[in-house]
Amino acid sequence: MAFDSPLAPPRTSRLRLNLAKPNQEQIVLLITIALLIGFGLTLHGFATLSNLLNLLRSISILGILGLGMGLIVISRGIDLSEVAIMAGSWAIALIEMQKGLPIGWACLIALAIALAIGIVNGIMVAFVEAPALFVTLAAGFVIYGLAFSFAPAWVLYAPKDAPALMYLGGGQLFGIPVPIFVFAGAAIVMHLFLSKTSTGRFIYAQGDNPEAARLSGVALRPLIVLEHVLVALLAWIAGLVWVGTTGSMQMMIIQGTMIYDVVLVVVIGGISLVGGRGSVFSVVVGCVLIGILLNAFTIMDVNNEVQNIIKGIVLLAAIVLDNFLHPRDEETARQGD
Amino acid sequence: MSMAADSWTASVRRFSPRLLLSELLLKQWFEPVIPFTVMIALWLYFALTIPDYATIQNTLSLLRLFAEFGFVALAMGFCLISGGIDLSVGAIFAFCNFSALYFLFVLELPVSLAIPATLAVGAALGSVNGLLIGFLKTRPFLTTLVMLIILRACVNLLNTSYAQVFATNSVDSDAWDFLGVGSVLGIPINAATLFVVLLVCHIFLSRSRYGWHLTAIGASRKAARHAGIRVRLILFFTYVLSGVLCAASGIFYAARQSSTDSTTGVGWEFQALTAVVLGGVSLAGGKGTVWRAMIGALIVFLLINGLVRMGIPGYVTSAVIGIILLAAVGIDVKWAKNRGKAIQKIYVNPAFVALSPAPSVQVGAASPYAQNDRLINAQAIGLNQVEGPEDVILDRQDRLYGSTRDGNIIRFSGPNFEKREVFAHIGGRPLGMQFDRDENLIVAVAGMGVYGVKPDGEVFKVTDETNRTWYKLNDDSRLRMADDLDIGPDGKIYFSDCTTRYEMTTNTLDILEARPNGRMVCYDPKTKTTRTIINHFYFPNGVCVSHDGKSLLIASTSLCKIFRYWLAGPKRGQTEILIDELPGNPDNINRASDGNYWLALVGIRTPTFDLAARKPGFRLRMVKQVPTDEWLAPALNHGCVLKFNEQGEALESWWDPTGISHSTLTSMREHKGYLYLGGLENNRIGRIKLDGADESWCGYDAYWGAKSKVTG
Repeated sequence: MAFDSPLAPPRTSRLRLNLAKPNQEQIVLLITIALLIGFGLTLHGFATLSNLLNLLRSISILGILGLGMGLIVISRGIDLSEVAIMAGSWAIALIEMQKGLPIGWACLIALAIALAIGIVNGIMVAFVEAPALFVTLAAGFVIYGLAFSFAPAWVLYAPKDAPALMYLGGGQLFGIPVPIFVFAGAAIVMHLFLSKTSTGRFIYAQGDNPEAARLSGVALRPLIVLEHVLVALLAWIAGLVWVGTTGSMQMMIIQGTMIYDVVLVVVIGGISLVGGRGSVFSVVVGCVLIGILLNAFTIMDVNNEVQNIIKGIVLLAAIVLDNFLHPRDEETARQGD
Repeated sequence: MSMAADSWTASVRRFSPRLLLSELLLKQWFEPVIPFTVMIALWLYFALTIPDYATIQNTLSLLRLFAEFGFVALAMGFCLISGGIDLSVGAIFAFCNFSALYFLFVLELPVSLAIPATLAVGAALGSVNGLLIGFLKTRPFLTTLVMLIILRACVNLLNTSYAQVFATNSVDSDAWDFLGVGSVLGIPINAATLFVVLLVCHIFLSRSRYGWHLTAIGASRKAARHAGIRVRLILFFTYVLSGVLCAASGIFYAARQSSTDSTTGVGWEFQALTAVVLGGVSLAGGKGTVWRAMIGALIVFLLINGLVRMGIPGYVTSAVIGIILLAAVGIDVKWAKNRGKAIQKIYVNPAFVALSPAPSVQVGAASPYAQNDRLINAQAIGLNQVEGPEDVILDRQDRLYGSTRDGNIIRFSGPNFEKREVFAHIGGRPLGMQFDRDENLIVAVAGMGVYGVKPDGEVFKVTDETNRTWYKLNDDSRLRMADDLDIGPDGKIYFSDCTTRYEMTTNTLDILEARPNGRMVCYDPKTKTTRTIINHFYFPNGVCVSHDGKSLLIASTSLCKIFRYWLAGPKRGQTEILIDELPGNPDNINRASDGNYWLALVGIRTPTFDLAARKPGFRLRMVKQVPTDEWLAPALNHGCVLKFNEQGEALESWWDPTGISHSTLTSMREHKGYLYLGGLENNRIGRIKLDGADESWCGYDAYWGAKSKVTG
């Protein structure tokens, strides 16, 4: 059922079907609502409008990154260099801004760098045929090393007088933080792309069975390059929001566990690692769930390392559950992933 | 083309670097040679640029630093060979380093207990991975990645609580100090242990059943499952083993450093992965040895260590390692995919051959080779009942045997050979045959060697290998295509192995290549040994021991010549040309009743084919660009049988110019006044009456009985 959500039957029958056997998105949605109610009742200061908006704002970067990761996981790939692309490209842009380059040009430089990395990743995966996991893992280290040699600082600050740059991350529209709109906009565009365009459908086809897609005439290699470029593009947008939110870019995040949060968001929401399953809705649901957890941890003042352990265990559980719900076919399983 | 130009082309094509490369690529040991060279080059570079690098003291201290990383790389290597990956190696290492210190300093266990306890911790952590990957069938990459995050967080949490304790305590134990700074025979203890572990692991991986199972799972999980290998269990234990190796590494590190911090083992999984892939352990699984993993680990270790000593910042090192990993992964994938194709493309290397002028076969010419139609009316035996009888032979009871394509020896008996039976099934492609003194039918079987069939039909092996030529890359100990054989008066079996580079199905390529790839081999039944007597022979085909038993006549199909090899007499061991100019490609040679020899020509030379023999480049392009059935070949649709005398003079010829009943004639036997004809592609055995031949002569008597002319 690769085209599960886009090709859904009429709503009534779908509802009946779901009551019999709920899919992962709906399970996660239920858990999310339960957690929301639970934390709202037990945690002081959780169920306030400002905290909830803050929660949404804080997950929007994760969400934008998750949209990119979701796209590539649907195509049965993965991109572990997404956070590195975000931090690396923007670190160089910020250092250029500090050196006096106009902000607009610096942003375009960041975009160009991000897209170039995406193209290189895509070529390595599509044409050299190296496994995406290894390519993007190694790419993360290369990006870190190169970015650090251009911008040798752990934290790079954005110029103080750049309201346009800050607007997407720090601004407010109708009293709601702009990052939420950016996330929502990106999610809608991504949803339309995945469900309404032929390229989007090809991505599902590729994820479901790459060989069948290739034999039916899908130009697989350019498609893979496109997917990696789109991931890089979303990383750039996320970076724009990040810079606006924090006024800086931290190189530490490349080596941190943020990329696993992104994978977590995607896998938890029901985008299976076997590819071809899930949708943008999965990313949103997964993102909200993780956002609630992180927000609650912050309120409860849980140690960062403990947070990592809990997230790790949740991700492990998600992977096991994913494997249980969508078992790999022993006969067609590929090695090394 | 002038003679000078000819010999120039001949010498250029004689030693072909392409041929060398194609045979190098086929060797298993060729792959690790490349990283090994890189390793040596790297060491030399640092030895030249860093002062005091190439000293024994520095080497020993490098070994001490390296050993712990070596263990971790070995763990990673095992997981990769099993088709998975273990990204938690660095974190397990750090956790075990902490555990060892915890057991010693906090629980104050004796060293003899702390070590097994730490190994158990490693095994337990590995078993979590193993349970998830082996039994719950999760993806190794993500599973171990998450384990990495969880364990790393645990180590950081525990470090903050216990760092103070570790810093202030010390253990008063000689054993613990020995683990940290001791040496065995001058080699640091951890490096010595690593070496022993490597040896054990090598034997485990390459010589034990479980090691083979592990490799089989990595090569193809599906096939391993179908073969009944307990995939889940083996995978489980692979990760446990990985955990134990990391724990061993952690113990040595703890003994050496007696401290733990948040950077212990950080990034080791990444370095180990780079190392192992660089060493040539395939990401796809199922390929690799512990030594390859170690070569890669040494490269990465030397590189990182060298860069640090040259003052290169860590982020540059990180980028360098990343680029190396990208390149190694790319090369690994492309190599695995294209190695076979590359070998296929460069394996055939035609050489220059200048054939002697072909004698005329024109009808009515005064030459003994003049074409006639004496075979057209040959009587057909077993029409459509035999599949390509390459050789035919008759026994003393007048029964007719043919060696056929389907691996059988077919026997025809009865007054008109109407009774057909499968005398024996050998398999392979039976070719030349001969009866030994005990009336066993000895058969040269392409693809298998030399086999015998007892009179009751029981098949036995005579030999299937010969001595290996020590300087050849290509292992030529196996008999690839035993073609024809004959038996000397002393019972020695002489047989031709016509190619050491190709097989029965591709022997056309050997003829097109026209290189001396074949050889003559002798099996001595007295000592039961097989020795190559003539190495480097141009496609030896028919073999016949001369009537007097003192020499061997050998037909070279690609050179269109007959050679004589002396078995006895003053010229013993020498080879000389007996017939220089033949009108076609000779096949089997057999004795005739009048003291002469029969020779079959499997193909007739054409001017174009002769020209092609002098144009190796043309033949190479033909093989690469033209489909097989369009290749230039000798004229195969003429059948020809010759008779020649002891001096190598052709006497008479018998032809089937139509090619309908007997094309590609490969064999003929004279028996009691008749000549029996066999052909590689024929659907029958032919028979013609010979005028004036000795009607009591049969092959067995000529070899072993009253008609034998063996002298001395």
